[in-house]
Amino acid sequence: MENWRRNPLVFWVVGLPPTVWLVVFFLAPLSLIWLLSFGEKRGIVDIEITWVLDNYARAFDPLYLQIFAKSLWMAGITTLICLAIGFPIALFITFAPQRWKPWLLLLIILPFWTNLLIRTYALIAVLRTRGYGNFALEWLWDQGNWLLTLVGLGEFQLLGEKFEPLVLLYNNTAVVFGLVYVHLPFMVLPLYAALDRLDRSYIEASLDLGAGHLRSFASIVVPLAKAGIISGIIITFIPALGSFLTPDLLGGTDSQMIANVIERQFKSANDWPFGAALSFILMYATFLALAVRAMMSRGGSATEAG
Amino acid sequence: MNNRRRMRFTRRSFLAGTGAVAAGVSLAPRGAWSAEEAKLNFYNYDTYIGETTLDDFKDASGIAVKMDLYADNDELFAKLKEGNPGYDVIVPSNDFVERFLAADKLLPLDHGLIPNIANVESVFMDAAFDPGRKYSLTYMWGTQGIGYRKSKVSSVPDSWKTVLDSDEYSGRIALLSEGVLEVALKYLGYSYNDVDPAHIKQAEELLIKQKPHIKTFAEDNGQDLLASGEVDLTMEWNGDILQVMEEDDDISYVVPKEGSNVWQDCLCIPTGAPHPENAHKFINYILDAKAGAAIAEFIYYATPNKAARALLGDDYNKNPAIFPDEETLKKCEPAIYLGEAVQRMKDEAWTRVLAA
Repeated sequence: MENWRRNPLVFWVVGLPPTVWLVVFFLAPLSLIWLLSFGEKRGIVDIEITWVLDNYARAFDPLYLQIFAKSLWMAGITTLICLAIGFPIALFITFAPQRWKPWLLLLIILPFWTNLLIRTYALIAVLRTRGYGNFALEWLWDQGNWLLTLVGLGEFQLLGEKFEPLVLLYNNTAVVFGLVYVHLPFMVLPLYAALDRLDRSYIEASLDLGAGHLRSFASIVVPLAKAGIISGIIITFIPALGSFLTPDLLGGTDSQMIANVIERQFKSANDWPFGAALSFILMYATFLALAVRAMMSRGGSATEAG
Repeated sequence: MNNRRRMRFTRRSFLAGTGAVAAGVSLAPRGAWSAEEAKLNFYNYDTYIGETTLDDFKDASGIAVKMDLYADNDELFAKLKEGNPGYDVIVPSNDFVERFLAADKLLPLDHGLIPNIANVESVFMDAAFDPGRKYSLTYMWGTQGIGYRKSKVSSVPDSWKTVLDSDEYSGRIALLSEGVLEVALKYLGYSYNDVDPAHIKQAEELLIKQKPHIKTFAEDNGQDLLASGEVDLTMEWNGDILQVMEEDDDISYVVPKEGSNVWQDCLCIPTGAPHPENAHKFINYILDAKAGAAIAEFIYYATPNKAARALLGDDYNKNPAIFPDEETLKKCEPAIYLGEAVQRMKDEAWTRVLAA
């Protein structure tokens, strides 16, 4: 693609708007936040940039480290579950008949057409004590009892005296459930992109040469889809790590994640410098993850070349 | 820190918020004419004005009101912090009036332009947070207390002990995440505005101890949790509980005997308001007897407007959830802005409660 060298005008016309956009709406505000993270509060609104590191130092207080660790743990679990669920889904779409594929992909993308907040509130309606989830379970319980009565075991109350709704909401499990629900498409799409490009003759060869399905999956499919797996993990993990709405709405009394702390610094605590420092620590962690990914993919292509 | 409003949806939608700023910016040139253009930008909570108030005001004065909505005081403050994007009238709560004053962000009110001040009960014409009410006039006031499901409690939960220091209703309690530390102080016998680190530590420990019995720290949606049967007791703002009481006879509200927070939302004109004259006219209109009665009747909060109250029936005037009895009210305190250092101390205490 050396065309742009011959058409510099086209290059500038096409390239300038996104560059300006990126600088004005991304780099400039981000730099402001970065500057703030080295600031000190002077009274209620004024912040002086004094290049102190106090805000970063405060973030390394065990209290905040513990919350960082908890957030990493929650986001990690979420990513693993997404991978475990997303891989079969992506595989299924890859091997589905050609005319179904757009529809299946649409099903994956469809939730994005609804606002995250609406989807989270919908989850609350499903998971709460008197929600659809428990209604369904209660119905099953009734049917089970009816069946037991039918076979003459009614009086033993095998299913308990009365239906006890499950506590599905306001705990860490609910938060992870919500995070998986929200982030699953982020995992499926890159996996699908990788699997769809996969040359099927490798799988056939592997099966022909006597490897079982599991062996073929582990030695052929997974290594070839590695790039997709890594992308999927990264673009699931990063937003999951920064979630604040899901823990806020679905979490219990101990479901605070680091983004909730950051949100409070910009609102009720009115400590923008500290909030900015926490945000940037998250961002540095993200850069680190991306650097690792870049290194791994370089390593990957080196092996392929070799 | 009074997040008592319904509009929880806008709170998180940053995009909508940004749009609101853009929409609120008035691009009209100032000073081009001697009289102000017939426009006013009002920044208010959702469902916090009479059904037809804005139209009636337009009919009466010819001034068209454009209303933008915010979800809580923090959002209001964050938005005006870096300069007024074009609002003429805002409705901060008492402690935020102090904060705006500390930041020099309010214009003094010209009481001469607001003759309807005569309608306001005299107790509201002076306040510690704004002596002489030079910068703010009370719009509505109310309390923080316990909303509960009558059929699920053994007796009226008229003490903070029921929700802060007891396992009787384990797993059926919600507390508001904001204001709970202060209420814990109140329960421990200190002031709502206590700043003693040892006392705040005590409040923190009380909450950590009570955590296993609490279902969730609600983000101002305690009334929904109560209405849907998720919890049977919730700490909430009276207006929110009143709203669900209308739909469910089994729900009631009480201000605990230890006392609580009594808040005021105040009409103010922020510095840089493009239409300060219209803003005075609007504030005067809201304090009018009939207009005030229409607002109070619709939103069901306590009005400081005695002329408006005279037009309303006992349903409103004798409702204990709107107007608590004098004795309880005496023990209630307004939240005071305590400075940035205390705020940081309290935020850290709260972070520790959540992380415990």
